[in-house]
Amino acid sequence: MTKNIMIVGVGGQGTLLASRLLGTVMVNKGYDVKISEVHGMSQRGGSVVTYVKFGDKVDSPLVDKGEADIVMAFEQLEAARWLPYLKPNGHLIVNTQSIDPMPVINGVAEYPQGIIDSIKATGVSVTATDALSIAVESGSAKAVNVVLIGIMAKHLDITEEEWMSAIESTVPVKFIEMNKKAFLLGYNLK
Amino acid sequence: MKELMLGNEAVARGLYEAGVKVISSYPGTPSTEITENATKYDEMYCEWAPNEKVATEVAIGASIGGVRSFCAMKHVGLNVAADPIYTASYTGVNGGMVLAVADDPGMHSSQNEQDSRHHAIAAKLAMLEPSDSTECLEFTKLGFELSEKFDTPVILRLTTRIAHSSSLVELGQREEKEIKDFPKDPQKYVMMPAMAIKRHVIVEQRMRDLVEWAETCKINTVEYNDGAKLGIICAGDCYQYAKEALGSTANYLKLGMVNPLPIDLIKNFASKCEKTVVFEELDPIIENHCKTIGLDVVGKELFGLLGEFSQSTIREKLLGQKTDLLKSDINIVPRPPVLCAGCPHRGTFYALKSLGCNVSGDIGCYSLGAMAPLSSVDTTICMGASVSALHGMSKARGAEFSKKSVAVIGDSTFIHSGITGIIDIVYNKGISTVLVLDNSITGMTGHQNNPTNGLTIKGDPTVAVDLESLARACGFKNVRVVDPYNIAEVKTVVKQELEKEEPSMVICRRPCALLKTVKRKPALKVNADKCIGCKSCMKIGCPAISMRDKKAVIDFTQCVGCGVCEQMCKFGAITE
Repeated sequence: MTKNIMIVGVGGQGTLLASRLLGTVMVNKGYDVKISEVHGMSQRGGSVVTYVKFGDKVDSPLVDKGEADIVMAFEQLEAARWLPYLKPNGHLIVNTQSIDPMPVINGVAEYPQGIIDSIKATGVSVTATDALSIAVESGSAKAVNVVLIGIMAKHLDITEEEWMSAIESTVPVKFIEMNKKAFLLGYNLK
Repeated sequence: MKELMLGNEAVARGLYEAGVKVISSYPGTPSTEITENATKYDEMYCEWAPNEKVATEVAIGASIGGVRSFCAMKHVGLNVAADPIYTASYTGVNGGMVLAVADDPGMHSSQNEQDSRHHAIAAKLAMLEPSDSTECLEFTKLGFELSEKFDTPVILRLTTRIAHSSSLVELGQREEKEIKDFPKDPQKYVMMPAMAIKRHVIVEQRMRDLVEWAETCKINTVEYNDGAKLGIICAGDCYQYAKEALGSTANYLKLGMVNPLPIDLIKNFASKCEKTVVFEELDPIIENHCKTIGLDVVGKELFGLLGEFSQSTIREKLLGQKTDLLKSDINIVPRPPVLCAGCPHRGTFYALKSLGCNVSGDIGCYSLGAMAPLSSVDTTICMGASVSALHGMSKARGAEFSKKSVAVIGDSTFIHSGITGIIDIVYNKGISTVLVLDNSITGMTGHQNNPTNGLTIKGDPTVAVDLESLARACGFKNVRVVDPYNIAEVKTVVKQELEKEEPSMVICRRPCALLKTVKRKPALKVNADKCIGCKSCMKIGCPAISMRDKKAVIDFTQCVGCGVCEQMCKFGAITE
């Protein structure tokens, strides 16, 4: 059985590192793994998505609409955008941070209100957290990705030690301690 | 031990294991990481060339020089490299040579959606297409064997989803190759009519030999499943999508070599299936081949010519399946890519907009200057076209038009294809004003060094092209340098240069804000007491600025303190 995870956010928020960290953990667990990323133009502050799939044998690197077991969203509007990709019985992990897209900055559109409530109204399971504040508490606003991974880790059958060793092999040495702290703050969130 | 590798990373590993000695490329999404990863292996000489034509010629030269060589590019780069590669098809190789080209179905980061398989057919070259990272490594190595066996350059075709997907790869050892003798063989390597006429005969024979090889080679594979009546013919990423959607309910003919295509193998496969479907992205290359050899197949009439496919393409268009999806009542506002907070191009575009300039644009991050609210770019065609197209517009519309029109071109793009354009302007008595947006890096593709920033691919110091001297040597008498963070300065200088009835170059020089060597300043803050909510600061389209309760606020996670918004605020509300 293949598990499909989507990591979505705004270009520059660190979605690539999150997908690689998750991929590394799953490879260490002995799964077949595929990760799909998009580089280039869309990374420049646009809506970005990476797919992580693992199981006995993974064919397509893509996750399609209605196929994701977990969507991990770094930003509210992005959670809403990619919601149709989540299975109706899937789980959404969302950072409550909101970043205005250019049409809102230009004044031609309004940032939608009550996104989290509207998503909850669909009946899907949602964990909404202010991961930015937790990241800042851990020492860097950039650690949002690892905080969210920590929250998601509770929903996957992987031990704390396995996550820690993946952080050690994925993150540059000088950031390891900060990232471990950020991970644990997410992991131990009640 | 298996390793999780990006397709591009696995191609680089394949180059290493194949004993490649010389690699020359120009960056282009989604091909860039091949060459970036290749530099990690000290056994291979790697370089960024000024453009794909040069890169390909370097690889051809290295091959003639007796070693295995390689170059990589995106699909539109192969157009630039078409000249050398079409004739290298005639000369053949000495050391093996592989050229990787990465197509971008869906145009994630490209200006068109061309299908590079047409080039392989037209240049009469073998083309291999892997479907995951393992095949990226294996097909790269096989490419060199084929290149030497059939005396031909070989093209490795990737698509975005193969190049930028990671999967598990088994690593092997590097096999060193002895350098071959330098050939003194003008009949083979000097392509004048008398020699080329004879070589063309050899090229056509080689294609027939390759078809024969394709009939039985290990990379064209057939998979029959019990009870399955449907036959799918596919290659590359489409094989993975088909497998995911259909599993063991279909039979598969997976083509690892997409040019030339086998005949008997395909006919034999189709004869064992009740219905044969060709599932390929972009153009109907395999489908037309099947129809030419008399097979009744279905393809583009079902799937169409546009965009990239996925497993859903098969489920919806072939099987007619529909899935119930989660739906909310949220109004989803689009989030197009934007110039980053602190991007030096922002000030330049705002200045051009306030001057009311026509802007002939080019390929790079700064094509985003076309988007609202900056809305400053009128045309974007291909690498270098900003300069030469501006000259054409000026010749079409006269001096008055020229005096309110500029070209904008990045430092790397200028080196790639802008220099010939400025020579055209001077030589043909043009009066155009060219802005070089010099951010000291090749930006859009993810920060590659280039001939203007004084660093090699490995970050070692080297000679930097002096843009000012280059422009003067080409005949530009007016060469100015401005800081794009200073809107008033850019406006004044551009205005002065536009008024002159002579060609001018204005270099807008400021390193990319995302470079690690650029120190971020502290985020700016809005003094809510002074802010009257006039939204002047919003006119520059900075993603770090938004309005909350009728006051501007600056997102501290994005702001790099560039100060451009500060210049927009008449009330002094934005401060450090």
